[in-house]
Amino acid sequence: MTEIRRLPGRLAWRIGEVVETRHATPRTRSLFLEVPGWEGHRAGQHVDVRLTAEDGYQAQRSYSIASAPEERSLELVVERLDDGEVSPYLTDELRTGDKLELRGPIGGWFVWEAKDGGPLFLVAGGSGIAPLMAMIRHRAAAGSEAPSRLLYSSRSREDIIFAGELDHLAASDGSLEVVHTLTRSQPPGWTGYARRIDDEMLAEVAPSPEQGPLTFVCGPTPLVESVATALVGLGHDAGRIKTERFGPTGG
Amino acid sequence: MDERRLDGNAAGGLLGEVFVFETTTAEGACDRCGTVAHLGQQMAYISDIGTVVRCASCDNALIRIAQNPRGYFLDLRGVRYLRFESAP
Repeated sequence: MTEIRRLPGRLAWRIGEVVETRHATPRTRSLFLEVPGWEGHRAGQHVDVRLTAEDGYQAQRSYSIASAPEERSLELVVERLDDGEVSPYLTDELRTGDKLELRGPIGGWFVWEAKDGGPLFLVAGGSGIAPLMAMIRHRAAAGSEAPSRLLYSSRSREDIIFAGELDHLAASDGSLEVVHTLTRSQPPGWTGYARRIDDEMLAEVAPSPEQGPLTFVCGPTPLVESVATALVGLGHDAGRIKTERFGPTGG
Repeated sequence: MDERRLDGNAAGGLLGEVFVFETTTAEGACDRCGTVAHLGQQMAYISDIGTVVRCASCDNALIRIAQNPRGYFLDLRGVRYLRFESAP
């Protein structure tokens, strides 16, 4: 590992330890990290992860934190991209006890805290659920009753990350609603949405513009841009819509 | 070359190594078109050699930052000003 240089008092690379890994879905893996001296994060923030090869070549990626600030370890959700430089290592090679170089917590823009209130409208595509899950978990841990609705697009039922936990949270909390859409395949008897998120779906699921929801959208770039555009078209205040895109090669 | 187009938010890590204030919530005015926006809602182009934060309205390069083992190179000519809050 290269020497870590930094400016005093600024963000710097540090070392976290993998304390657990879990395959959340066939294509994603949750990494649980403990970072000595971690000062805590706010729901929606991310960390940068950096890998260094033996020849010194480095590659870094940003991963949203999925755990609530109230939890002890940091949970990152990594989606395996077959041609990725970073994700195959994180999903396939990394083991409990391994060390990982990271920088964070980062970002104050795509952040929700219980004191910000609601109504909250969250829109996720695939592993874009991660920062929104941190908000949902933080909302529960903080005892917030801010009316909240999650619209979550996945390819198939088995690709829904946090499916069980979301079911449980929605069932036990009358002010949290979870709406799924499955874009590629649906299990027998599926009665929910079965297409990509579109204007009509948003008109049905989003709180009305008059309710002035705080909206967070996270997912692949095309989804994020089409959802944000559609919401503005439906009369929502662009200033209350915050977006987080994955790049075309999130790797 | 591997270059990724992301939200300005994604540049917060590298900018956070240099600036003491929270950069993603800082407002910047584009020197070309005058649009004022939080850096977190601008666009970031991240590659192995550095990061460029571009204006989401006119694509002007607001901030260019590169890093080598000895330090940083920072070009701010694309921003007319930055406005940020002091720590609470």
